[in-house]
Amino acid sequence: MIKALISRIKQGYRTYPFPAKQPVLPERFKGRPVFDYSRCNQCRECEKACPVGAVNIKNNKVCIDMGKCLFCGDCAAACSRNAIEFSKVYRLATNRRDDLLVSDKEIKLAEAINKESRRIFGRSLKLRQVSAGGCNACEADTNVLTTLVFDLGRFGIQFVASPRHADGILVTGPVTQNMLAALKKTYDAVPAPKFVIAVGACAISGGAYLDHSETNNGVEGILSVDLYIPGCPPHPYTILDGLITFLGQYKADKLKRL
Amino acid sequence: MSHQLLSLYNCRAADIKSLPILTITDFRDAIINNISTGGRIAALFGMPQNNDIIKLIVVLADDQQSILHLASTEVKGSYPSLTPDCPQAHRFEREIAEQFGIRPENHPWLKPVRFHNSYTKNDAWNRTAEAQIQPSVMDFFSVKGSEIHEVAVGPVHAGIIEPGHFRFQCNGENVLHLEISLGYQHRGIETQMTKASKNRAIHYVETAAGDTTIGHTMAYCSAIEALTGCSVPAKAHVLRGIGLELERLANHTGDLGAMAGDIGYLPTSSFCGRIRGDFLNMTAVLCGNRFGRNFVRPGGTAFDIEKQHIDDLRLRLTAALKDVTNAVNCLWTTPSVLSRFEDTGGLLRQTSVKLGLVGPAARACGLDHDCRYNFPSGIFQFKQVPVATWDTGDVFARAYVRWLEIQHSVAFIQDMLDSMPAGSVRTETTSVTPNKIAVSLVEGWRGEICHIAITDNAGNLARYKIVDPSFHNWMALAVAMRNQQISDFPLCNKSFNLSYCGHDL
Repeated sequence: MIKALISRIKQGYRTYPFPAKQPVLPERFKGRPVFDYSRCNQCRECEKACPVGAVNIKNNKVCIDMGKCLFCGDCAAACSRNAIEFSKVYRLATNRRDDLLVSDKEIKLAEAINKESRRIFGRSLKLRQVSAGGCNACEADTNVLTTLVFDLGRFGIQFVASPRHADGILVTGPVTQNMLAALKKTYDAVPAPKFVIAVGACAISGGAYLDHSETNNGVEGILSVDLYIPGCPPHPYTILDGLITFLGQYKADKLKRL
Repeated sequence: MSHQLLSLYNCRAADIKSLPILTITDFRDAIINNISTGGRIAALFGMPQNNDIIKLIVVLADDQQSILHLASTEVKGSYPSLTPDCPQAHRFEREIAEQFGIRPENHPWLKPVRFHNSYTKNDAWNRTAEAQIQPSVMDFFSVKGSEIHEVAVGPVHAGIIEPGHFRFQCNGENVLHLEISLGYQHRGIETQMTKASKNRAIHYVETAAGDTTIGHTMAYCSAIEALTGCSVPAKAHVLRGIGLELERLANHTGDLGAMAGDIGYLPTSSFCGRIRGDFLNMTAVLCGNRFGRNFVRPGGTAFDIEKQHIDDLRLRLTAALKDVTNAVNCLWTTPSVLSRFEDTGGLLRQTSVKLGLVGPAARACGLDHDCRYNFPSGIFQFKQVPVATWDTGDVFARAYVRWLEIQHSVAFIQDMLDSMPAGSVRTETTSVTPNKIAVSLVEGWRGEICHIAITDNAGNLARYKIVDPSFHNWMALAVAMRNQQISDFPLCNKSFNLSYCGHDL
C-alpha cells in the first residue's frame, strides 16, 4: 500500500486544464483544411489524389468534405501551387452533415443543445459506445478520454455498460452489414430522448470503406445523427471538444491563452 | 524433405512459376512433415483459377533457419482436411471454405469464420453468393446436463471495445468450454485490395487493425517493395523501426494498465492509461498522427526527422520510461496482483506449438518466436532486439513478457536516436513486376503480421492475403479459459488483447 502511495506521489497530477487552457498539438498535426483560392488554377490534381472522393471542385472552388476526409494530406501534396493546407485547428465537430464541407463559406461549428435539454443532460450525459466496424483507433481515442489526462468524468460524461442506462450512443466504424442489426437494437434499447454521435470518417461517411458492399457508409440513413466528429481518427481533443461544446460547457470567453 | 518447396527469404519476391504445384496428397504431406520438424503455418489461403479450380497456397515458417517454404496445390469441391493432423490449420481451412466453397473433408469444426458471402458461386455450406447471412447464426458447441448453463456475451460489450460474440458453457462459475464467434467487423479488405483504386490500398492496410497501423503498413510496403525491387534508404528503415517499437510501447503499456484495471488494481491502471498516451504522442511527433497514419509509405517514410524531433523524442522517452517503470513495478511487488495473475489462464507449451501461436502469447509459453529475430528485415537486420520469453504460460507470463519488451523497445529507440543515419527517407517506387509472389513478415506488437502479394500478367495485384496475429491466437484464448472461473474472462481476454478487425478484415 505504501508503495502505491509513493508511486502516486511520483506520478504527479496530470489532468490537463482543458478547456480553460488550449491543448498543445503536435507540430505535424493535420486539422481543418484551409484554402488559398488565389493560387488555385483548378488543375484538379487534388481531386484525383484523394482516395475517398472527399476533395471536389464545386462552382470553380476546391471544397473538402471533412466527413469523408482521412486527413492523409495527399491532396495538399498533389497541389503544385500550395493552395491547400491543413491547419492545426482541432475544433471540427458540427451538428449538420453539410457543415462538414469546407470551402470559403463561413465555418459553422456544433452548437450546444437547447436550454431544456441542457437542464436534463448538461451535467450528466451517459453514453453507450457501439463499434460497428471501427478499426480500434476511434475507439482507442474515445476510450482515452476516460484516462486522467482528459478526465471525462469532470464534465459529467460517462460511458456506461448498458444502453438502458444511456442517454445516447456514440458510434464508430462504417457500420458493417454484420453489425447493422446490433447497432439498431442497441439504439432501440436506449430510452428517449436520446442522442446519436458519429465519431470518425467511417461512422460519418464510410471513410476508407466508402461504397463497400460489406458496409453501409456509416450511420447516416440508419439513425439520425446529432453530432458529427470528423477525423481518421479524430484527435482526443477534437472528440472532447465536440462533446463538451454539445453540452454547452465550452465557453470561448473563459479561455486562457497560455 | 522429400517434396521440393519454394524457399524464400522474408520480404523477397519470387516468380509465381517457381511455386511448385503439388498433388493434394503431396501438399498435405509436405505441410505435415514440415510442422512435425518444427515449422509453422504462417498463411494458408486460396486463389481462384479457371473452371472452379482453387489454388491453395501455403507459407510455412522455419523459425530456426529464417526461411519460408511455399507450396501450392489445385483443388475443386473438396479435399481431405489438414486440421485433424495439424490443428493450427483449422481457421485457415474454415476461411477457405467460406471464401471459395472448398470443403475440407473431416474438419472437426467446420463453421464460417466471418459470415460474409462467398467469393465464388457458393460457400462450403451451399449458400449462394447472394444469400442473406446473419452473423453467429449457427450451432454452438454445447454441453448438456442439469447443472450446466450457457452464457452469451456480445457482440456489443460493456466497454469501449470492438464487437465479437462469446458463448460460454459453464458449470457454476467454472468454464467448461468457450466458443468465440467473430466476423462483425468484416469490411471486405482483402477483396478490395485487388479491386479498389490504387490509392485506397494503403488506407486499407493502415486501418486493417487501427492499433497496429505501423505494423500492417510496414508489411504492405515491404511486400510492394519486394515486387518493385525498390531499395529503401537506411534512414527510413530506422524511422520505421522507431515507429514499430513506439506502437509496441503504447499498446503493451496500455495492456498492462488494462490488466491491472481488470483485477481492480487502480494505481497501475490509471498511470498506464496516461503513459500509453505519452507513447502515442511520440508517434505523433514523427508524423502528426497518434497511430502512425500517413507515416510509412512504399519506398520509405513520408516524413523525415529533424534534430529538434530527435531531442524532443529523447526527452519524452526518458520521462516515459521512468513513469512506466514506476507504474509497472507496482504490479510485481503487490501480492494481491500476483495472486490473480499467476496460474490464471495457463497454456501449455505443447498446446501453444500445436495451435501455431505467435507474438507475446507464444513467448509467454517459452517459445522464442519473434520475427525481428527469426525473420529480420529492415533495421532489424542490423540491430538485434533480444527475444523476451517466460515459461509459465499464464496471465503473469503474458504480462511479464510485455514488460520485458517495453524495456527492450525503449533501449532500441534510444540507440536508434543516437545513431540516426543521414540521407533521404524515401525512394521512388516503380511499377510492380508481373507474375510474382512476395511474402513479408513483420513482428507487430501482437505478433507476426504476414502479408502476401501476388501479381498477374499485367502487373496488377491478383491476390492480396493478410494474416493478422490474432487470426492464429483467438483459439488460444478459448483454450486458456477452460476450467477457469468465468469471472476471470476479462483478465484472460485482456492478457491476449486480440484484434477483432484484424481478424475480420
